[in-house]
Amino acid sequence: MSDNKVKVTIDGITVEVENGTTILNAARQIGGDIVPPAMCYYSKLKGSGGKCRTCIVKVSKGSEKDPRPMPKLVASCRTTVMDGMEVQNITSPEVLEARAGVVEILLINHPLDCPVCDQAGECDLQDLGYEHGLQKTRYEFERRTFERIDIGDKIQLHMNRCILCYRCVYTADQLTDGRVHGVLNRGDHSEISTYIEQAIDNDFSGNVIDVCPVGALTDRTFRFKNRVWFTKPVDAHRDCPTCSGKVTLWYKGPDVLRVTARKDQFGEVEEFICNTCRFETKNTSDWTIIEPTKISDTSVIAANHYETLRPLPVIKTNEQLREANKKELEKTIKY
Amino acid sequence: MSRKLLLEHINVPGIAGLDVYRQKGGYRAVEKALKTLTPDEVVEEVKKSGLRGRGGAGFPTGMKWSFLAKPEGVARYLVCNADESEPGTFKDRYLMTHIPHALIEGMIVSSYALGANASYIYVRGEMMPQIRILERAIAEAKAAGFLGNNILGTGYNLELYVQPGGGAYICGEETALLESLEGKRGNPRIKPPFPAIAGLYGCPTVVNNVESIAATVPIINDGGEEYAKIGIGRSTGTKLISASGNLVRPGVYEIELGLPVEEFIYSDEYCGGIANGKRLKATVAGGSSVPILPANLSLKLANGEPRLMSYESLAEGGFATGTMLGSGGFIAFDEDQCIVRNTWNFSRFYHHESCGQCSPCREGTGWLEKVLHRLEYGHGKMSDIDLLVDVAKKIEGNTICPLGDAAAWPVGSAIRHFRDEFEWHVKEPVKSQSVNYGLADYAKPIEKVAEVKTGE
Ligand SMILES: Cc1cc2nc3c(=O)[nH]c(=O)nc-3n(C[C@H](O)[C@H](O)[C@H](O)COP(=O)(O)O)c2cc1C
Ligand code: SF4
Ligand code: SF4
Ligand code: FES
Repeated sequence: MSDNKVKVTIDGITVEVENGTTILNAARQIGGDIVPPAMCYYSKLKGSGGKCRTCIVKVSKGSEKDPRPMPKLVASCRTTVMDGMEVQNITSPEVLEARAGVVEILLINHPLDCPVCDQAGECDLQDLGYEHGLQKTRYEFERRTFERIDIGDKIQLHMNRCILCYRCVYTADQLTDGRVHGVLNRGDHSEISTYIEQAIDNDFSGNVIDVCPVGALTDRTFRFKNRVWFTKPVDAHRDCPTCSGKVTLWYKGPDVLRVTARKDQFGEVEEFICNTCRFETKNTSDWTIIEPTKISDTSVIAANHYETLRPLPVIKTNEQLREANKKELEKTIKY
Repeated sequence: MSRKLLLEHINVPGIAGLDVYRQKGGYRAVEKALKTLTPDEVVEEVKKSGLRGRGGAGFPTGMKWSFLAKPEGVARYLVCNADESEPGTFKDRYLMTHIPHALIEGMIVSSYALGANASYIYVRGEMMPQIRILERAIAEAKAAGFLGNNILGTGYNLELYVQPGGGAYICGEETALLESLEGKRGNPRIKPPFPAIAGLYGCPTVVNNVESIAATVPIINDGGEEYAKIGIGRSTGTKLISASGNLVRPGVYEIELGLPVEEFIYSDEYCGGIANGKRLKATVAGGSSVPILPANLSLKLANGEPRLMSYESLAEGGFATGTMLGSGGFIAFDEDQCIVRNTWNFSRFYHHESCGQCSPCREGTGWLEKVLHRLEYGHGKMSDIDLLVDVAKKIEGNTICPLGDAAAWPVGSAIRHFRDEFEWHVKEPVKSQSVNYGLADYAKPIEKVAEVKTGE
């Protein structure tokens, strides 16, 4: 083992990572179910993380040198690994309970308006709620509400759904010139805003839509056009003078309904894209099509892509047919 | 009479001015430190004194100072935390109002020890008169050659600045304070890195409470060892206590640590007992963030021995039967006070003051407040009581800064010790709106507990 490598064990799986890596990023190197969910951390945004607390894990052994466990659960996105550290995520009932608590807390003031929210189907909070949330709420008070705000003619802010992850604030800070987007007020009356509702007007402002884990910042050029699971994502490229031009086009029939940056398996954009690509280049002829975007088969977006997901009833009842179509049938089981 | 180190001359007319302050021996510590001691020797004296941070956490000041990183060519800063906003705590304001030079003198000595050439006093924004007083005191000290370049001909340079606070309790949390001082939104930073490594403008920084800094003056004058003789065990020296609530004589007192709580409340030297001949029901010993205790556990430990005003004795029994010295904001409640109402009031404060960065504190504090409001106003349910405990548990230990804990502890402890009263609010929704629950059993001697958990 070289000097700047350390060993860390997460849920029983050992991995060797660079010194200074966070627990979350070490877990991402392992991949799979043991990766803690991250609602505020964004690897491309400096200073992000530590806020939402969904990524909490238990450190059951501090390090080889100091094996004492850490007294409290820690935010894995902001805690760096030590050599010999042992971490529990999904193997710890305590972590799962605490995470369910965080999800409950994130939802108490949430409008739960998924049926009319454009983000539904690709929303991290919806996924988390599904996985950890309770069926019922214990919160019996009026939920916090705000007026919708149009930030310029391309972006809409729906503060009711915001979880104050600060990602959009860091994006606006780090990607664009002139700081116009930030947090007003404090506590549970904090709100994301631009100074006196000033329009965000620069080449990269549209990226706040992609980093937003919920439906608080949405694309006005796509608003209410379609549910994401009825659209087909396709990776495409164009020579753009401003950005990398690497995008995902979301098709309905022959029409490009929206353009987004490409996202990796952890839901983070691979490369930020410019507003021209995002909002103003919506013809197939503008793009070189590369391939259908890879979507996890557990995602609702994948559902619409495979005819085979709706097998004929006869297949289900005929033993022979069932055996022959085993693999396809497995895909019809919803997780 | 116990010894007074900080408030000895508080009643001398004109002590707020430099001349009278000097006649009473003021600025001796500056002369002694700058002329006869090296910075490291000053740090050593403070270490020997056993002084612990007076801002709430009680971390040994000398040790904090010795952690300060000292990279070549990088400025170091001392920042005085005068943002005092904890409900029940008003000792720093008293000191700054009446004897501002004690703080200025402490700032010079401490800055010298840390090698800082620019130091800041971050004063709660609402304390405009105190800001003016400090500015005047700084001007006087500068005119007399205690500040500026080449102080007392020793070659040491120091500028002192007063910064009005941003108007939020959270700006008292040391990293939020640094953000605010830098001109940003006062959100606590995620640690590490700690201020000792990367604080103000990314430079090594020490943040200390007003009283901690003022206490370095007697420590340098008399020596750390002399200071350590006062007090009890690891709680050395004197402590300012701001006493409020239903007391005959509320106010700011300087006590020797180790004074029995009973003596503090009832003796004529201090608070003079409970006002209007009533009986004590409960105390909050160290500012609104620390656990509330019923009268019996306020005065006595679970094993029947007297409880003392010291870091250790107040914490004896852990969270089951103990509390904390905190920032020394001592609040007494008489038999006519409603614990449910008080708990709601505290929760309202934390809800209002949460910065809103981390989800458990941002959302949880509001939830606590709303449930407590409902209980207090007779619309509560039995299940609300356990709900409160559960929500408090979800906040506690799962936040960026200790404000989350501070919001959770008062609720958890109130229910732990006063559950009867919460239940009574549910059972008697109408009656509880016009009469109070009263003293009940809260002052009865407690049965000796066989196994007593000791504090840390
Ligand atoms: C929410 C919050 C508010 C605080 N407010 C104050 C304050 O007003 N004054 C203060 O001295 N310390 C306050 N503290 C404690 C400081 O963070 C810090 O520990 C202290 O200034 C260190 O000084 P000391 O070591 O001299 O006690 C606060 C802490 C928290 C979490
Ligand atoms: S608007 Fe979206 S990205 Fe911005 S803080 Fe809210 S949830 Fe996060
Ligand atoms: S615990 Fe509360 S006050 Fe502290 S950082 Fe989190 S939200 Fe802000
Ligand atoms: S992702 Fe770690 S706290 Fe939000």
